[in-house]
Amino acid sequence: MAVKGNLRDFSVTQLLNLINLARKTGTLTVEGPNEAAWVSFQAGKLIYAQLGNEDGTLVGILVRTGRITAKQAQVIKSHAGDKSDKELGLLLINAGYLTQQDILAGIRQYIIDIVYRLFTWVDGFFRFDNDVLPPDDRIVMRLDLENIIIEGARRMREWEQLQEELPNLDMALDFIERPGANIRDVNLNVEEWKVVSYINPKNSIRQIMKANKMNELEIRRIVYALIQAGLVEVVRPPGMPLPPQARQVPAVDKRQQSSLVNRLIDRIRSL
Amino acid sequence: MQTVKMVVTGPFAAGKTSFIRSVSEIDVVSTERKISTEAERIKETTTVAMDFGRITVDDDLVLYLFGTPGQKRFDFMWEILSEGMLGFIVTVDSTRPETFREAKGILQTFRAYAPTPYVVAANKQDMEAAWTVEDLRIALKLDPAVKMLPCVASDRESVKKVLLELLYSILEDMEKK
Ligand SMILES: Nc1nc2c(ncn2[C@@H]2O[C@H](COP(=O)(O)OP(=O)(O)OP(=O)(O)O)[C@@H](O)[C@H]2O)c(=O)[nH]1
Ligand SMILES: [Mg+2]
Repeated sequence: MAVKGNLRDFSVTQLLNLINLARKTGTLTVEGPNEAAWVSFQAGKLIYAQLGNEDGTLVGILVRTGRITAKQAQVIKSHAGDKSDKELGLLLINAGYLTQQDILAGIRQYIIDIVYRLFTWVDGFFRFDNDVLPPDDRIVMRLDLENIIIEGARRMREWEQLQEELPNLDMALDFIERPGANIRDVNLNVEEWKVVSYINPKNSIRQIMKANKMNELEIRRIVYALIQAGLVEVVRPPGMPLPPQARQVPAVDKRQQSSLVNRLIDRIRSL
Repeated sequence: MQTVKMVVTGPFAAGKTSFIRSVSEIDVVSTERKISTEAERIKETTTVAMDFGRITVDDDLVLYLFGTPGQKRFDFMWEILSEGMLGFIVTVDSTRPETFREAKGILQTFRAYAPTPYVVAANKQDMEAAWTVEDLRIALKLDPAVKMLPCVASDRESVKKVLLELLYSILEDMEKK
């Protein structure tokens, strides 16, 4: 019987636990909110992952994990011909471009990041195909699942909490005017500064996220910290259309409205 | 005949149904169900669609009080319930800090649906484990301009006070415009 279902009923944590304990070999396909992911395992160890139509070849991974620039990647690709990832990896090492460690660390980071991202998916179909493995030429890892599950579960909790606290990324941010508080006096890291520089009641949190090429977890983390520190508050962006049903009390004139509210007040006082 | 409505919201088991029950002139039309999931079994029943209470003001004005379901999987009801509301009340169980974060999230969500006035009711103030209004204000990081009132949802006088404070805010808001 194939392992398949919906993440609503069987979470990513449970799936990875199952794969780990049953020492499964094969590929897990998960259809997330905006993209799909494929994660492969050998005897219960994580060996490979690919996200959506991202370039999961060695060159693509090295660019994504910041080990080479896009320009270098183009040069490498134009010289690589149809070499397999393994051959290409050797070539890069021999040519002194990168060390073996650089390459392995890059692939490892890439795979694990994809798996961590899966933990934030709470809805979506999954399927495990026994014995389906990534193409032969790919460089694979052998990573223990235990630590990944623990860290992933921790991130999932954080994600849930952040989502409760900041449910709506279409809201905007504004600085809190407080005597004595000056944003310049606060120690912020580069990522936080990037967000701060876009803070304006006109920019939604989602726009700030896109402008900084962040994902939802990253932007929520930073905004949450800024709110916690009492530096910013969530505000409704001026252009944000009210949902149609949020129309107010019928636009009768002001006197009539206050008379209505006064009647309510009198009535409740008399209860 | 005119009807106006106010919404009572807040996390699971914060006391929304009790609040409405205390002042409604009809038996609250509640959609309570036995609780199914183990995690939320801290009480016997929960509201699944909404609570519905009524206060007749005079021959041609009626106030409806709508209570939202507390469990997250019913939050698709929120937007519908907030339609055209005069204002809303966020009830918080002052004895359960684990729900404060969610209360803040609900508050923000409702504020996004409609920029109407609202007040926060620090409920269950009769219990020993209740956080004080001052501590709760800090925990929820409420703007000093937002009214936060001590409340015991089963006590009619206490509920009246919360409703009145909301109405005063609504009046002020109208006069500003
Ligand atoms: N001591 C005390 N108990 C209260 C108070 N308000 C509510 N309760 C109790 O808290 C529990 C939850 O109250 P409900 O009114 O059902 O809460 P609710 O917000 O409608 O709950 P859901 O609809 O399930 O989200 C019940 O056991 C109430 O009797 C209060 O002010 N003081
Ligand atoms: Mg209820």
